[in-house]
Amino acid sequence: MYQILSKEMLTPAICRMKVEAPRLAAAAQPGQFLIVRADEKGERIPLTISDFDAKRGTVTIVTQKIGASSTDIIAYEPGEAFADVVGPLGLPSEFVSMAPEELARQRYILIAGGVGTAPVYPQAKWLKEHGVPVDVIIGAKTKDLLIYVEEMRSVCDNLFICTDDGSEGFHGMGTNMLEHVVSEGHKYTQAVIIGPMIMMKFTTLTCKKLGIPATVSLNTLMVDGTGMCGACRVSVGGKTRFACVEGPEFDGYQVDFDEAMRRQGQYKAEEAEANEKHVCKIGRGK
Amino acid sequence: MANRIPRVPVREQDPKVRATNFEEVCYGYNKEEALLEASRCLNCKNPRCMTACPVGLQIPRFIAELAQGNIAGAAAVIAEDSSLPAVCGRVCPQETQCEGSCVLGVKGEPVAIGKLERFVADATLGKAAAEVAPANGIKVAVVGSGPAGLACASDLAKWGYDVTIFEALHKAGGVLEYGIPEFRLPKDKVLKHEIEEVRKLSVKIETDVIVGRTVTIDSLMDQEGFKAVFIGSGAGLPKFMNIPGENFNGVFSANEFLTRNNLMKAWREDYLTPIHAGKKVCVVGGGNVAMDAARTALRLGAEVHIVYRRTEAELPARKEEVHHAIEEGIIFDMLTNPVEVIGDERGWVKALKCVKMELGEPDESGRRSPVPVEGSEFEIPTETVIMALGTSPNPLISKTTKGLEVNRRGCLVATEEGATTRPGVFAGGDAVTGAATVILAMGAGRTAAKAIDAYLKQN
Repeated sequence: MYQILSKEMLTPAICRMKVEAPRLAAAAQPGQFLIVRADEKGERIPLTISDFDAKRGTVTIVTQKIGASSTDIIAYEPGEAFADVVGPLGLPSEFVSMAPEELARQRYILIAGGVGTAPVYPQAKWLKEHGVPVDVIIGAKTKDLLIYVEEMRSVCDNLFICTDDGSEGFHGMGTNMLEHVVSEGHKYTQAVIIGPMIMMKFTTLTCKKLGIPATVSLNTLMVDGTGMCGACRVSVGGKTRFACVEGPEFDGYQVDFDEAMRRQGQYKAEEAEANEKHVCKIGRGK
Repeated sequence: MANRIPRVPVREQDPKVRATNFEEVCYGYNKEEALLEASRCLNCKNPRCMTACPVGLQIPRFIAELAQGNIAGAAAVIAEDSSLPAVCGRVCPQETQCEGSCVLGVKGEPVAIGKLERFVADATLGKAAAEVAPANGIKVAVVGSGPAGLACASDLAKWGYDVTIFEALHKAGGVLEYGIPEFRLPKDKVLKHEIEEVRKLSVKIETDVIVGRTVTIDSLMDQEGFKAVFIGSGAGLPKFMNIPGENFNGVFSANEFLTRNNLMKAWREDYLTPIHAGKKVCVVGGGNVAMDAARTALRLGAEVHIVYRRTEAELPARKEEVHHAIEEGIIFDMLTNPVEVIGDERGWVKALKCVKMELGEPDESGRRSPVPVEGSEFEIPTETVIMALGTSPNPLISKTTKGLEVNRRGCLVATEEGATTRPGVFAGGDAVTGAATVILAMGAGRTAAKAIDAYLKQN
């Protein structure tokens, strides 16, 4: 069992939890993810790792309320435990294995959208710790949906905030923000984009226009996360790849986002039906 | 006189009824039937059945005990060589192994060895007590809790080793849990108890540990003090055909479809797991996994077609499974090979485009190889396509372990005894052979256990 040590709601729909998982915490690297199964009857839900502490044996996960299973995860309280937390899954970010001289030439821009801001944090932290220049853009629909602003400020050189409605920071989307930042003279060798699939698609296009190579982290459907089911298959450069073991990070220029978005909705009908039947577990045991 | 008794038929659930539920197909023998069937065994001096068994089960001995009504005695004989008799009695291809070699089968029907093994195992489920040697404190790691890993771990534990099994999924059992459906191998009623038996031998099972990600072979040996490792990680990687349209929504690997239904229990209302079958399903392939996927889809309410490029005679699935599938109403489209998946404007499957095949010249395997008939393309309208084309070993371990060689099919290179190219690391089952059977994996696990014991006594 994997005990929940702390819990806080970052927004009414986004929850941060610190969970005890010593083996996972000792092995985790930026770019990797994990799978949570709340209880015996729950699904295996892939979630990003937003922090890990090998010494304390903990991992931090950030979950957004979407369907029945994520709602169940959020309903857990400190002191309770998840049935399963498994990982780390996927490959670490490319920079983790880069030669020092190559790393020294890099200037990173990390572009985060919505709940995707959480997994950007360990990447920025790693780059900062290794002395690599790193700027971060956090975008959200509105001020109240911004997460990780203060945490991120401490692990990057420049933090740029933007909201679709202009309620905080730059008025516009991540794509507009990026163009603005570059027009002000900031130069980057590599972008990493993490957020909703549609945001990654358009931000990749902007990067292409600006001539910045773009890495994206794909949050595909999956069951086991170890290469067994093939539910996560994506077309990258015309070839089928498994996001769980060959990703989750891929060259954004090569990803067929339209196919990826379509495949993400593969179980929508079944899930809608499940949500209708689902008995919410919030407040259970009280 | 004994052999004048015809083979005792086994009772099965009515095909029309079972096509709509996930209850076990075969009811098995009751005591009376089992004792009668056991009385047919000639107790041959040179038991060919035993030689044909990959784990060397002492078949005439256990049947002799059973024939005398000593069920516990029969169970004790079986426990000497097998830790999963209730599983093997159900899923072994007896017709090509023990029963295929039975002398009675020359002129008549062989002894129903599988059904007898199953009877003994079911009657003593959770009661078998194997002898365990005093603990020697030497740690051995087993990767994977499928048949190979369980068999290897059981033997080593019986000899006193301190064994930990590492399982990547949340539940122990490997392919027995995620691959084989409930209607062939009940999980809570049967499998759970046999795995419990392995635990009773003091084998620890750590689930949620992915070797190659959470830990590595090196970290287990260098940091956690394991003196030897057995890799029984199976062949879990699904194959696809690489034909156009394979990424349309509604195309699944048999692995995904079966894992959702078996491990994740999508067939049960009280589980959250979604599964998609729709009204019509095409399963591509002709092996046991194809049959399992087809019969699962049928039970979820679909009309199901098996699409296979050769003829019924070449189907690699067990005869019994094919027979059960036909009885249940699965439609077999033979000499048919998919060339493209056709999607609708929303990106969902709407048809499977196939070409008719004919059998040509025999290939190296002696089987006549199928060749496409020119201009014979046609479409089968369908909502779902399930690819059951076989699986290959997962490269997660070989890619993260130095000095571990794989062959060109991605299988670990190992000797007959199970020694890999890295000292102290052994392997067996599908991870070495590619996808095969439960019993061969168990046999490989036992062989490797002997080699590990010998290695640890030398070092």
